[in-house]
Amino acid sequence: MNNEPNNVLDAPFDGPRNALVSATRPFYWSVRRELWENRSIYLAPLIAAGVVLFGYGMTVFNLPQLRRNALALEPTRMRAAIEMPYDAAAMMIMFTVFIVGIFYCLDAIYGERRDRSILFWKSLPVSDRTSVLSKAIVPLAILPLLTFVIVIATQFVMLLLSTVLLLPSGLAGTTWQLLPLPRLWSILFYGLVTSTLWEAPVYAWLLLVSSWARRATFLWAVLPWLAISAIEKLAFDTTFFIRLLGRRLTDGFQQGFVVVHYPSNAHVPIVDRLTQFAPLKFLTNPELWIGLVVAVVFLIAAIRLRRSRGPL
Amino acid sequence: MACIEARGLRKTFGPTIALDGIDLRVEEGRILGLIGPNGAGKSTALNAILGLTPYDGELRVLGRDPWNERDQLMRDVCFIADVAVLPRWMRVSQALDYVAGVHPRFDRAKAEGFLARTEIKRASKIRQLSKGMVAQLHLALVMAIDARLLVLDEPTLGLDILYRKQFYDSLLNDYFDHSRTIIVTTHQVEEIQNVITDLMFINHGRVALECSMEQFEARYAEVMVNPEHLAAAQALKPIHTRQLFGRSILLFDNANHEELATLGDVRTPSIADLFVAVMGPQTEAGEKS
Repeated sequence: MNNEPNNVLDAPFDGPRNALVSATRPFYWSVRRELWENRSIYLAPLIAAGVVLFGYGMTVFNLPQLRRNALALEPTRMRAAIEMPYDAAAMMIMFTVFIVGIFYCLDAIYGERRDRSILFWKSLPVSDRTSVLSKAIVPLAILPLLTFVIVIATQFVMLLLSTVLLLPSGLAGTTWQLLPLPRLWSILFYGLVTSTLWEAPVYAWLLLVSSWARRATFLWAVLPWLAISAIEKLAFDTTFFIRLLGRRLTDGFQQGFVVVHYPSNAHVPIVDRLTQFAPLKFLTNPELWIGLVVAVVFLIAAIRLRRSRGPL
Repeated sequence: MACIEARGLRKTFGPTIALDGIDLRVEEGRILGLIGPNGAGKSTALNAILGLTPYDGELRVLGRDPWNERDQLMRDVCFIADVAVLPRWMRVSQALDYVAGVHPRFDRAKAEGFLARTEIKRASKIRQLSKGMVAQLHLALVMAIDARLLVLDEPTLGLDILYRKQFYDSLLNDYFDHSRTIIVTTHQVEEIQNVITDLMFINHGRVALECSMEQFEARYAEVMVNPEHLAAAQALKPIHTRQLFGRSILLFDNANHEELATLGDVRTPSIADLFVAVMGPQTEAGEKS
């Protein structure tokens, strides 16, 4: 009988057989299986990038004229005008990924309970913790990384496209000169990290609902918070809670920065200077840490529920 | 060491008692058939053994507490649940990759060997396979795992006769080797009569009957009684009587086989007939609850 502990990993694996390998292998394969099952994780942002590039390709024939107009503006607005399509591309892809992340989380555990495949997953030596964390890692690391890579690739293609189209008019150099891509990419990377940390409790809550609800996951995810907000409004005539939720859902990207506004258009936030990076402000914001603690609590609850909840 | 050992295993769902203090001991190398009507507690018992549900009482599977050590336990335990639970979106090749990735005791070459005997294509998605093929695939995956306990909960439900026969044939010829233990529940009791080594009836969350198949053959006898011997046969207190083509078939527990032979044709009853004899009246009474 092969039941001595040192034979537990008795399999034709290459490399060191140590505890770390035995802990990370199931995790690695569980993440891979999430990507096999949910191809929208990478297809949706790729489609969004395709749409962005198509849209850019449609308008790009006006580019020489637009560029000449932009060059006539004062420096701040000129840079903003040149950056605008690149920012819009990034925002569109990020928004798509945000939506993908929400629906992915809502279905991640509910889906395997609904189609009873949870019984297959549970028949293998993979703990509930590994399973739930392999799902949580998708919105918390894989989606942001994919966003980063896809946005950069998209912006690079846009840059090439604009260079080609501006060559005849001799304006091609202005894009390279005035478009601060490395700076945009640093902002993107930092913003993705901070917004993911900021939004972590949202994803954890959705995973918890996915682990718990017997039906209508979306309603269960949304209604309790709306109900609390409504009760607050009726009882105290205040909107503290709904604003708290709003900040969680929509303000993720701004949390790590000092946001300045256009003088002429005060409600449009711009983030375009490295000096606006404010990691200290971000890390000393108690709301961040409260959110992270709540996220951990939600994830632990999701793990415990997955353990006891069977198929629907 | 016993493969499974339970003492006073209890499980309630609100006011419903699913398991009412079951004692169970399954030795290594046995094939136990767990038979019971719907709602008798079979699935609850299996879920407790597999660490899928918490329970009261004592339960050790391969020396472990299933509820708290499910992931470690599943290195040595495999199960096929009542319906096809393989994820429908998955490709056959992905299923092989995944199990090979997470299971340290999975022998991929062995699984490929089993699949080579079937029509299953590696690139197919599971949703494209017939029900029988899904069962074949699941069995190929499970048989390639060097496990010590295999739990089968209605493994052949919905399969046609050919697949069902093949399922148990593969299991006995290619898998079972007396160091492994198998527990199987099914309503197709006739299929497992010659497969199992031990039999357990379970009803209303209690063990209604428990014996090895040797004991089964020694204890129970069914006699097709000639009409002139009917009164004499009734005097021997059969546990069940039924009519077939105008003749009486009496089922006896612990009767003298030679004595019975004078009354008519004696044979070993089918598990199904014994099931009806043992459970019949109780089940009717229980249906009210």
